[in-house]
Amino acid sequence: MTTATDGDTTSDAPASGGNATRRRLDAAQEVLFPTREQYVEVVAGLRDEGFEMCADLCAVDYLTHPGRSLPDGVAPERFEVVVNLLSLSQVRRVRVRVQVPATDAVLPTLFDLYPGTEAMEREAYDLLGVVFTGHPDMTRILLPEDWEGHPLRKDYGVGRVPVQFKGAPGPR
Amino acid sequence: MTDTTDTGAADGVPHTDTVLPAPVSGATYDEATGTGTERGLIIETSEGAQELFPRKETEADELRREAGAVLRLPEGVVINADDIDIEQSDDETMIINMGPQHPSTHGVLRLMIELDGETVLRTKPVIGYLHTGMEKTAEELTYVQGSTNVTRMDYLSPLHNELVLSLAVEALLGIEMPARSDWIRMLMVELNRVSSHLMWMATNGMDHASTSMMIYGFREREMVLAFFEKTTGLRMNHNFIRPGGTAADLPDGWEDDVTVICDTVLPRLDEYDELLTGQPLFRQRSEGVGNLSAEEALALSLTGPLLRSTGIPWDLRRAMPYLRYDEVEFDVIVGTFGDNFDRYSIRLNEIRESIRIIRQIVEKMPAGDYRVQDKKVTPPPRGRIDESMEALIHHFKVFTEGFRVPEGEVYVATESPRGELGCYLVSDGSPKPFRMHIRGPSFVNLQALPLMMRGGLLADAVVACSSVDPVMGEVDR
Amino acid sequence: MGLEDLQHNFLTGRLEDLVKWARTYSMWPATFGLACCAIEMMSVGAADFDLARFGMEVFRASPRQADLMIVAGRVSQKMAPVLRQVYDQMMEPKWVLSMGVCASSGGMFNNYAIVQGVDQIVPVDVYAPGCPPTPETLMHAILTLHEKVRTDDITQRRGRGLELPLSSDEGADTDDAHCPSSGTTGWNPDRPDAVHLGTPKRNPVIARSVGEPL
Repeated sequence: MTTATDGDTTSDAPASGGNATRRRLDAAQEVLFPTREQYVEVVAGLRDEGFEMCADLCAVDYLTHPGRSLPDGVAPERFEVVVNLLSLSQVRRVRVRVQVPATDAVLPTLFDLYPGTEAMEREAYDLLGVVFTGHPDMTRILLPEDWEGHPLRKDYGVGRVPVQFKGAPGPR
Repeated sequence: MTDTTDTGAADGVPHTDTVLPAPVSGATYDEATGTGTERGLIIETSEGAQELFPRKETEADELRREAGAVLRLPEGVVINADDIDIEQSDDETMIINMGPQHPSTHGVLRLMIELDGETVLRTKPVIGYLHTGMEKTAEELTYVQGSTNVTRMDYLSPLHNELVLSLAVEALLGIEMPARSDWIRMLMVELNRVSSHLMWMATNGMDHASTSMMIYGFREREMVLAFFEKTTGLRMNHNFIRPGGTAADLPDGWEDDVTVICDTVLPRLDEYDELLTGQPLFRQRSEGVGNLSAEEALALSLTGPLLRSTGIPWDLRRAMPYLRYDEVEFDVIVGTFGDNFDRYSIRLNEIRESIRIIRQIVEKMPAGDYRVQDKKVTPPPRGRIDESMEALIHHFKVFTEGFRVPEGEVYVATESPRGELGCYLVSDGSPKPFRMHIRGPSFVNLQALPLMMRGGLLADAVVACSSVDPVMGEVDR
Repeated sequence: MGLEDLQHNFLTGRLEDLVKWARTYSMWPATFGLACCAIEMMSVGAADFDLARFGMEVFRASPRQADLMIVAGRVSQKMAPVLRQVYDQMMEPKWVLSMGVCASSGGMFNNYAIVQGVDQIVPVDVYAPGCPPTPETLMHAILTLHEKVRTDDITQRRGRGLELPLSSDEGADTDDAHCPSSGTTGWNPDRPDAVHLGTPKRNPVIARSVGEPL
């Protein structure tokens, strides 16, 4: 498991003006990068540490941006599943990012630890195609059942329909 | 509509939902797969594997889930196996469909409910009827245009969505915000909380069969919306809070307008208290109905009034303050029993707390810039475009190409009237977001519905749905 | 009603006027609020922009009892068959008002998930633009529809293979088709298209061209 302290990347931030005290959100939010095998263990460990709630689970497709910055020892894959955990007792957040390869887009489910991830994992499957094993109901949630493809992937087009203006001249 | 003979996608073959040509009466539709029959002129729609299947086709695991058996139970608690009726036969239960077009489901929510007489056993919410592909659209729009997209997710509190996106972008940009812009944002956001909760009280009252509450709720809301129209130009979906500040400064005389709103709404809330809180019918319909416990709420990732009604005093404005919430005084309203009445009281009192905050903002609003003076982010004032060529070019660049945001990722969360509204933003250094994911509170809160409705009557299902306060725009995005 | 089957002559003319008047002033909308426009539709039904004065405050949940379907909001691909089903369940005579830009043309969401205009699924009578249309805009659209119902020829209903001419707008630029009272020249600065409080008693274009006051 590799840890990196990530948060707002300020290295290239433009010079700021302003006439106020500094307001900074998510100062130094901790980000963990477990492998797929360590993933459930790490999250279970965090749960025991006091992260009672899983605030958010989503997936990202890095097909068109392979050169993102990751800590040493983390091999970048096409998909990343990002889990944001929240601890109410300690008032802090932690983020867990797992790399999921394109050819084998499978990850164990967090449903047994956090039942609230049921809908979130279904959405990640629906829109990006990451399958969560052990999930009680791995079906599409937002799109019709017979939809083909996963729209949020980078190789899926937006589906823009060319707008036809009435009275426009025909093709020349 | 489904009935118990619809085998749906039991063999894994999906049913095609297409807009069909003129129906031919008497013909059986798609006999080969045995999916869907046409009775007369009505063609049944089917969502395939997303449907709720009759008991004989449901696995035991799912039946146990309806009793909450899969939730992590505290140590020492044992499930009583007699509480779970796996063997109950099909003849006694009926699966009905509520929605997506329904007057009481608060938008296009479809509930598949299994009933034993009038008692609700299992519920399965089917969502996606308002899926707009907003996260995909966000990748095509620049950060300046992002607010127009995001604001239409939770359309009852649009300024909250804009705020969370702007906070995420500013966190990535690493800029300091001027004080006045923070206070203006806080004012708009708290007013939006007032209007959203008033709207909730209106629809909740109507779900409790008090149609006069519907009219009263909209009456106050119109006052707030009139102020929004004066400030932002629109009654809804304002596109006012943008990365870098707000679109414009507050209009002259805003203190008087806001004070009038506060002075009018507060005594009327007491009237609504009298109308609803003391009513025996209202109390019987909402007390003890839709109960949630604190462990269930945490396990299901519920936030907002749902979480606070179970007794956990978690409000992001107090726990992890953003904007200037640590400089104003307000109370966090917490319930005890986790039932519908608690949630009603919490939202009613949150309106009072918001008005308290707004009065403090009126006193404490500083002078200054309403947006950050960083040339990379902020376009020049409109008047300067006529005078200066550089200003025109600058304006052009900001509004066509947009501004570049450094590479990185951030998760920012705010407290919307429905719960924790979060934005996970990934930037790859270009003027458009690489991935923008909005954590909609209603999307997660809907998971509580099966638990709240189990064992209750069908009439309580409507009230339970209303007290979750879902906004389908942010559920489906 | 069997009026559509009658031969149109001077005897049935009075009866038709009565029927059109009745249809106009008790037109009941079906609840089809989908997204943000639904909130503005509810505002129109509430006290500040009272829709009850036009006889329309009862939003019927059952399509069997409704005359007008106001499609308020963006129609997603999953919702489209449901929309068609509800429309089919409504009884003739029925009208459709497409409220908002998302329902009229797909709006700002030109992507895979949204049907680009509800007129791809159901025939639309009036389009109300706006995102969302303010309650005044929606009322104007409803009143336009009322004029259309009241002044149209009901023996030539849609669906009988005849093109319905928009009342009194022959030759007009159909960009203003949602607003027949604007006349043939489009927006008239002397007579801007404010919301008419109460529909005019007579055909406004004919009245204006003859110089009669409305």
